[in-house]
Amino acid sequence: MTTKIIFSGFGGQGILTLGQIVATIAMKKGHHVTWMPSYGAEMRGGTANCAVVISDKLIGSPLVDTNIDALCAMNDASVTKFLSKVKPGGNAFINSSIVTESPKRDDITIREIDATNIATKVGNPKVANMVMLSGFLKDTDLFTMEDIEGALHDTFGQKYPKLIPLNIEAIKAGA
Amino acid sequence: MSKKVLMKGNEAMCLAAIMAGCKAYFGYPITPQNEIPEYMSQHMEESGGVFIQAESEIAAINMVYGAAAGGVRAMTSSSSPGIALKQEGISYLVGSDLPCVIVSVSRGGPGLGGILPSQADYFQSTRGGGNGDYYIPVYAPSSVQESVDLTIKSFEIADKYRTPVMVLVDGLLGQMMEPVEIKDYKPTLIEKPWATNGDSGRRKRNIVNSLSLNAEGLEETNLRRFEKYKEILKTEEMVENHVKDGDEMAIVAYGTPSRIVLNAIDILAEQGIKAGLIRPVTLWPFPYSTFANLPSSVKNILVCELSMGQMIEDVRQGVQGKHPIHFYGRTGGVIFSPEEIAKKAAEVAKGGA
Amino acid sequence: MSKVVYEKSRGLTDVPMFYCPGCTHGIIHKLVAETLVELDVLEKTIAIAPVGCSVLAYEYFNCDCIQASHGRAPAVASGLKRTNPDKIVFTYQGDGDLAAIGTSEIVHSAHRGDNVTVIFVNNAIYGMTGGQMAPTTLTDMKTSTSPFGRGTASSGIPIKVSEMLSQLPSVAYIERVSTHDVAHVRAAKKAIKKAFTYQMEGRGFTMVELLSSCNIGYGVSPVESLSFIKDAMIPYYPLGIYKDVS
Repeated sequence: MTTKIIFSGFGGQGILTLGQIVATIAMKKGHHVTWMPSYGAEMRGGTANCAVVISDKLIGSPLVDTNIDALCAMNDASVTKFLSKVKPGGNAFINSSIVTESPKRDDITIREIDATNIATKVGNPKVANMVMLSGFLKDTDLFTMEDIEGALHDTFGQKYPKLIPLNIEAIKAGA
Repeated sequence: MSKKVLMKGNEAMCLAAIMAGCKAYFGYPITPQNEIPEYMSQHMEESGGVFIQAESEIAAINMVYGAAAGGVRAMTSSSSPGIALKQEGISYLVGSDLPCVIVSVSRGGPGLGGILPSQADYFQSTRGGGNGDYYIPVYAPSSVQESVDLTIKSFEIADKYRTPVMVLVDGLLGQMMEPVEIKDYKPTLIEKPWATNGDSGRRKRNIVNSLSLNAEGLEETNLRRFEKYKEILKTEEMVENHVKDGDEMAIVAYGTPSRIVLNAIDILAEQGIKAGLIRPVTLWPFPYSTFANLPSSVKNILVCELSMGQMIEDVRQGVQGKHPIHFYGRTGGVIFSPEEIAKKAAEVAKGGA
Repeated sequence: MSKVVYEKSRGLTDVPMFYCPGCTHGIIHKLVAETLVELDVLEKTIAIAPVGCSVLAYEYFNCDCIQASHGRAPAVASGLKRTNPDKIVFTYQGDGDLAAIGTSEIVHSAHRGDNVTVIFVNNAIYGMTGGQMAPTTLTDMKTSTSPFGRGTASSGIPIKVSEMLSQLPSVAYIERVSTHDVAHVRAAKKAIKKAFTYQMEGRGFTMVELLSSCNIGYGVSPVESLSFIKDAMIPYYPLGIYKDVS
């Protein structure tokens, strides 16, 4: 079983961190996992994305081009670029606070999450990325809230322990 | 004791270098290896080492020359055009029999090229761009874990044979994160009685030098160095050979592209085509003998590289005309997909390519 | 009864020097060697030889020696000194090595304030390769690659290294001295000693530029070549201290 996820949005939306948290969860659950950022000119421009591949066997290519199992899209450009590449039966989580057009595909599960607005209400629009995780909790069985908390402790525990409660609150607000 | 952490290839190689007792890092910014000088600037000092951001790749490799001459484990890193600039220094390091580790995170070329992953520096790494009769060991890891293990090994091999050692990865591995198991490791530092560390009060003075104006003397030095190479060729070759009896095709790839080939092999299996991967781990010494002893079931060999075909020359030399060799490559930073490789392999299997 | 009134410094080996008769490299080697002995640091010194006439300096200085690639001696010194901060490190470089191919390395070693000493031998010509024009070759001076005299339109006006490097904030000490007569040689020794003393005190980058001669390259007698330093070089390359942090 191999799951391919794309996280995509503006630079500064915490896209790469979000991918890392999911990769950390997978690692802690004992899966094989790769995290691959898009790098290059794109980093300096508007969009950032990363591919996370989770598998119960050795992962070949860390790149995800087609057959995306789950897409986490936080801006319009991400929807344009990746929605058509989600495989039939797959999931798409869309930040509807920012994405203007209503994405159309009948053969996948699309969940629109008012992530930026929810994050602002919780106290910081920067945690919109974490609100997007609530979609995964609802529509996939990749991980649980406890798994996320564990990964947050691993990611922020040493340097920014204060950030953890805010992040958890954000995810719960989205759910 | 060991712990599992999620790390980028570039950073993992730094952690490995520090674990291996690297006490000096000198480098210059170039994409896609910037995480290396960044990590080293943060961590060298706390581990009792030295970090300098050099004014150029040329200066960086010469700082390595100075630190290595003084007897400490030293490292530099760069990417393709920067490695080109280091070639003079690498030749001098070889000529003076100095150990060091050079991490090369390659990108598309020639010239300034691009910044996306490429394997077009196989010749640069295994044949070198420096002057003179020489080789250096080149390790080509394919995962973040292996880049940790091989970076540590590189420091050991460098000291053991008094030679520069290169760890060659492509931008993909440099940028990718994977879980890495960090095991306790204590480097075994060997005595370096030859080091010019300013201890001549306690011994005969030492000279680190590659100049030899006497032709016979230089020949003798070179012959001695090639005796060392003989030993390296005999003992240090590493290869992963998955080709089984009954496989009709061997697909050859190194580094991260070998993982893409693994996916392609799965696709081929669904089509009833049995193929196995051969992954050279050391590019020099190249595992020639693996290719001389393939199962008789192998009808074709397909070499896959992110270049116009460079390693294929070594494969040819290993195969010695016993099997037809085919090639599939993308260049300039374009990365092949498993589907592309499977398509090419299927054509080859049908005798169409 | 006889007593020793002069002996070769033990800072030098017994290897016969390869320098041409009339060359001032021998004098400069002696000054550096004597200084290292007098400061009692010879046994903890590492000399870094350049490419050029003094490429074989590693044969002559009686301490640990490294031979560097052309122009890169300051980078080698930097890597060595940073990893061996309690040792004495100096480079010995000619004007082709330091002021042409190695400009980047010397500027940035000075810029970083590396705690090393640079012995810069400026004879305004490439000696080893047969008398070609250097960046320090005087205007209108004839060499094998400026047969009509150095033209400033094509080659620029000779580079003044001490003046240039003294502008860098991290530099501790730079002095230009000459080797053309005994009084100046003695003054040169003082400068060299000061540079190494500063290094021992950890003050940072130090350099002594020694105006030197190449009678073979100039195509004149040794005596005339010393006069050339006095009459032609010193007016363009004024002697003196260009930077001193004390």
